[in-house]
Amino acid sequence: MTSLLVFFVLVLIGIAVWQLTKIFDLTQVGETSDNSGVATDKDNSVNGYLMFGFLGFIYIFTIYSLIAWGDFVLGTPASEHGVEVDNLMEISMWLIFFVQTVTQFLLHYYAFKYRGKEGQKALYFADNNKLEAIWTIIPVIVLAVLILYGLYTWNQIMYYDEDEDVMYVELYAKQFGWEARYAGEDNTLGKANVRYIEGINTTGLDLEDPNAQDDKVVTELHLPKGKKVVFKIRSQDVLHSAYMPHFRAQMNCVPGMVTQFAFVPTVTTAEMRQNEAIMAKVDKINKIRANKSKDLVAKGDSALDPYTFDYLLLCNKICGASHYNMQMKIVVDTPSDFKKWLADKPTVTAQWKEANTPAAEKIKEEIIETIIDTTKVVAQVEK
Amino acid sequence: MSHEHGHHKETFITKYIFSIDHKMIAKQYLITGLLMGIVGVVLSLFFRMQIAWPEESFEIFKIFLGDNFAPGGVMRNDIYLALVTIHGTIMVFFVLTAGLSGTFSNLLIPLQIGARDMASGFMNMLSYWMFFISCIVMLCSLFVETGPASAGWTIYPPLSALPQAIPGSGLGMTLWLVSMAIFIASSLMGSLNYIVTVINLRTKGMSMTRLPLTIWAFFVTAIIGVVSFPVLFSAALLLIFDRSFGTSFFLSDIFISGEVLHYQGGSPVLFEHLFWFLGHPEVYIVILPAMGLVSEIIATNSRKPIFGYRAMIASIIAIAFLSTIVWGHHMFISGMNPFLGSVFTFTTLLIAIPSAVKAFNWITTLWKGNLQMNPAMLFSIGFVSTFITGGLTGIILGDSTLDINVHDTYFVIAHFHLVMGISALYGFFAGVYHWFPRMFGRMLDKNLGYVHFWVTAVCAYGVFFPMHFIGMAGLPRRYYSNTAFPLFDELADVNVLITIFAIVGAAFQIPFFWNFFYSIFKGKKAPLNPWKSNTLEWTAPVEHIHGNWPGEIPEVYRWPYDYNKPGHDVDFVPQTVPMKDGEEELHH
Repeated sequence: MTSLLVFFVLVLIGIAVWQLTKIFDLTQVGETSDNSGVATDKDNSVNGYLMFGFLGFIYIFTIYSLIAWGDFVLGTPASEHGVEVDNLMEISMWLIFFVQTVTQFLLHYYAFKYRGKEGQKALYFADNNKLEAIWTIIPVIVLAVLILYGLYTWNQIMYYDEDEDVMYVELYAKQFGWEARYAGEDNTLGKANVRYIEGINTTGLDLEDPNAQDDKVVTELHLPKGKKVVFKIRSQDVLHSAYMPHFRAQMNCVPGMVTQFAFVPTVTTAEMRQNEAIMAKVDKINKIRANKSKDLVAKGDSALDPYTFDYLLLCNKICGASHYNMQMKIVVDTPSDFKKWLADKPTVTAQWKEANTPAAEKIKEEIIETIIDTTKVVAQVEK
Repeated sequence: MSHEHGHHKETFITKYIFSIDHKMIAKQYLITGLLMGIVGVVLSLFFRMQIAWPEESFEIFKIFLGDNFAPGGVMRNDIYLALVTIHGTIMVFFVLTAGLSGTFSNLLIPLQIGARDMASGFMNMLSYWMFFISCIVMLCSLFVETGPASAGWTIYPPLSALPQAIPGSGLGMTLWLVSMAIFIASSLMGSLNYIVTVINLRTKGMSMTRLPLTIWAFFVTAIIGVVSFPVLFSAALLLIFDRSFGTSFFLSDIFISGEVLHYQGGSPVLFEHLFWFLGHPEVYIVILPAMGLVSEIIATNSRKPIFGYRAMIASIIAIAFLSTIVWGHHMFISGMNPFLGSVFTFTTLLIAIPSAVKAFNWITTLWKGNLQMNPAMLFSIGFVSTFITGGLTGIILGDSTLDINVHDTYFVIAHFHLVMGISALYGFFAGVYHWFPRMFGRMLDKNLGYVHFWVTAVCAYGVFFPMHFIGMAGLPRRYYSNTAFPLFDELADVNVLITIFAIVGAAFQIPFFWNFFYSIFKGKKAPLNPWKSNTLEWTAPVEHIHGNWPGEIPEVYRWPYDYNKPGHDVDFVPQTVPMKDGEEELHH
């Protein structure tokens, strides 16, 4: 069936090409030196008009895109520095939009206006230092502003004061999931290394380290509103990237190294769900999902769950086959809710003790023994 | 190679296969590059289909990917990444580096500077054949059972180093590294040859400031290549060591498949530095030759001198210099020191200045011209258009602050495909349409050329313009499917639209290929100088002879852009025409 479809598409394209060349052929009527392969005045004229038409295409396509897809763009930033980032983005975008509109106009309009004609003489205009100076200096000034503004914001984002009242959280990446580790009461993350990974100690925490005693590992990231969170980021296997688009935050996770990114969440999940743009977006997505569900149910599959807004942590560095589904939910709570939530979570040391009580240890050992036994049987047979 | 060699009886093998004639080598590069281009584009259509219609079964996948890579016609998720990787590798290195630069540097350097051949014809031949071998090795990797390299064209370790991390990092990755090592050797031999030839073999009167901008572009490109490709070679070598001999240059503290690996002390960030030290100049290695071709074609077809010849040369050099000190803008969020981020933001945004100069100079060259809308001219104007559209978003990605949120999203895909992918391809096509008569002695059909351009132009915008929006929605690149995130459900329709544009655009390359291969044999015989151009290559006879000119090498008396010069009756004055009595140079 698909092959048939492909065949038809190819035939149609063939016909389209044939018809289109026909159009250009028709422009040759009355010309003497036809198939010379060099453009004639008619060609110049037709293609000149098409250039002008293409300018229209670019403009219309841009406007259509802005109307149809403008609301795809991530809305209200949920972090303090996000406002600055969006501000700079807006300035840059206006600049781009302006330059794009003007230069594309000049390019295509000139292509149209000066299309070749019999007897038209081109102007011998080889250079002009004044013009060159103008279009060197203007970009210099504009870029100087952009660079200064950009660097100012960059430094604000990337450096934080050691004395600031911050909270340390570790983000731990591995194929294909995330974990988060809270520093606990002492606000100091315990030492960790992949060589300590064992059983429930999935992040390789050094259980002997005094600072590690109150660390808590979770699989859903909760953050308190209004507090600066310093993420210490690690990876267990390959490169990953901790991408939190709503917070305008991203940093790679590098095995063998701790990277860092800090921001202040400013909007709780509950507040964001009340945001008008977000509500409109959720409605739109749910309509799409409802339509898709209809098809799925008709096919006998189960319907899709309706979508509710949540902040997300995505992996944004190619990391393996399931890269496309490596995510963790982020919840921004009010400080009191956050405290309550964190208090309920057990520390890693407590979990370790529970998992390794003598009884459990015995069972575990037995299991290991049986596994070893089965391999030994083979070895013994060989003896 | 002196022209006496032309008298030797040439066999089929010495003429068409192991040829040391630069014109034949250029044709070999061109055809190999185009064929690799078909592979690269078809792979992209496959993964675009997967993005638009995730996890659907396609008959075409059953045929081309087979049961292993696409069980039941559904593409495997790691094979998706493999296709993305090989598409990138083939397009960047094999089509736009070797195909574009290899073809036109080889064809035009000796012909436009007035030399009988390259400085070393033998090395030139060796360069092509090593390129050919690297193509074969890369294509072979597509047939490896565990799949070809799948770690992205940037092959960041540890993903590319550990077969446990992704199956493609086994034999597929080994073949990738071997292929690239051979490729780099080929590229270096080519580049050295270009540099030496331009410096030493210019004909009498051909001073550096009388060189066509094509030659300037190829010359500077070759220098960047020589400076940066060896660094990739060393990175590849160290990666081979890590993979095969247990060293830890790029690997440290890794726990995978339930065990701790022995690697200790290496850093993937080091690899990123080494890779991008080539990787960023590489995009200029791709775009500069296209800029050179486009400058030449726009001037010829506008019947005007290129505006600001010296400013154009200066901006080529400035871009080349800056290109070697901006690599870190690919690594703002790699974990390197934020201070370095500041430095690289500064240097990166500076590149906008010479780029703006070039764009304005092209536009001014059109102004008050007498534009001959040949297909080559259309592609050149198209080049300027996509270069502006794609280049402008560079001020967002080059700004570390803004890069944080759009890094590795579809916004990046849109940016670099427009500014270096599509633009360089347009430059490539423009070059093929313009110099086809020079290469094959026959004309391409112009009407097919017009159809080719207009449909391609619309489809290129249709494919890449919407990607800006889905990128700003936060959609990461290299996702096998976007269905794992309900947030991205609203982007699904746009992805279908993009794929449709991609398929139509690709289909309209078929007329080009038909035109190309048909015209080689059946095209209309080309006159000596069909575009009424000033440069030297159009003075050499249409019938190819080894040594280019039958008699003496022509002498050069003027720069190549005397179109419509006051005081001359004809609208072009070739470089071989001596200055008249009292004639002055009207350019600086």
